Amino acid sequence: MKPAPFDYLRAMTAQDALDALAQYGEDARVLAGGQSLMAVLNMRLAQPKVLVDISRTAELDAVRADRQAGQLVVSAAATQGSVEWRSTLADETPLLAMAFPHISHFQIRNRGTVCGSIAHADPSAELPLVLAALGGDVMLRSRKRRRTLAAQDFFQGMLMTAREPDELVEAVRFPLRKAGERYAFAEFSARHGDFAIVACAAVVTDESIRIAVGGVADRPVTELWPRLQGDDLRGALNDLSWKLNAQDDAHISAKYRRNLVRQLGWRVIEEAK
Amino acid sequence: MSKMSDTLMRHGKAQRIALTLNGRERSGYCEPRELLSDFIRHELGATGTHVGCEHGVCGACTVQVDGVAARSCLMLAVQADGRHIDTVEGLAPDQTLGDLQQAFQRHHALQCGFCTAGILMSCADYLQRVPDPTEAQVREMLSGHICRCTGYTPIVAAVLDVAARRRAEASTQEVEHA
Repeated sequence: MKPAPFDYLRAMTAQDALDALAQYGEDARVLAGGQSLMAVLNMRLAQPKVLVDISRTAELDAVRADRQAGQLVVSAAATQGSVEWRSTLADETPLLAMAFPHISHFQIRNRGTVCGSIAHADPSAELPLVLAALGGDVMLRSRKRRRTLAAQDFFQGMLMTAREPDELVEAVRFPLRKAGERYAFAEFSARHGDFAIVACAAVVTDESIRIAVGGVADRPVTELWPRLQGDDLRGALNDLSWKLNAQDDAHISAKYRRNLVRQLGWRVIEEAK
Repeated sequence: MSKMSDTLMRHGKAQRIALTLNGRERSGYCEPRELLSDFIRHELGATGTHVGCEHGVCGACTVQVDGVAARSCLMLAVQADGRHIDTVEGLAPDQTLGDLQQAFQRHHALQCGFCTAGILMSCADYLQRVPDPTEAQVREMLSGHICRCTGYTPIVAAVLDVAARRRAEASTQEVEHA
């Protein structure tokens, strides 16, 4: 349970990190909060040659609400705790505030980063789900270029993203609360703080319902519906539960997962209405 | 590129790092892959911090990094260079138990004690931020720790008790100052 040997680089600036990623590419891993990566290294599930530590890169440690653009911008080294403990968070991005208590534990959120969780792209993780539900985006930067991808284009599968080996997830942007939108989040897990077996988020307006589901497919899945009611809503949730192609695993059957999608989906939509 | 290679620590090569452990300047040598938990215990000899699962789940190795509760098994020793690390030893600086530890003793909030060092470091951070927590909040914070002896009930009672006593003490001081 100790990591295999690696070289270690503390990036003092974003440019240091980008230079290292340009030089080492797939041999390098970015170490931000380390709350997923260090566990993976300790279990030797990954054995990178170089770790590029951005946890003390001051220029990447920022969280700001950009009122004009309507976005909460979270930079690469900003911890989940630094977002969670913002006194204004429940007003800025209510769905994030609802999801945080479900993300692992206080001690992990203190050090884990928002961008790290997005870059890790675990299909059961809450932050990718919230980013997808809100229609946020991911800002990528390499030495050569900058680009921004919508969440749905960034997440490509289980632990797979559109990030190129020389790119750093420089920031993610969550849309701020919009007038007329209401939000709800629900999750079912074996123990408090565990990865979700199924998690659902809803964004509801007077005209539409957007639902996002995590933990079932290989990435967070979102759907946009009109304001369905009663049996129409039940039918749509049933269709969604089948469409996600749930799988049996050692702990939970596909049937149980489909049932959770129907139940939690109904709960978040009705709560947000 | 030359500047970068200056700051690259090579694998297999031990390097000196310095940090402040419980208020005292300390230094030691570590390779890049050495975990902070092992560095604290083996290099600095502060064995109050315990090591359980080594993948961030059990909470036994929780310390404070610049005052913030975090897993020392999910952090490299080199990342602690120049930082303030606080461990359970720092809660009893004069060989007398601090108020949090006394509350744990009163409520029998530990049996084997393996998880306790980590729990105390979490509680110390959390109570600074939330001086008047509800039972639900305390339980949410404690969910990051696994204790197989107590069933958690006496731990929750100890945390709520020390929070209440601190508030009572603070209000008494306010009256004296008034």
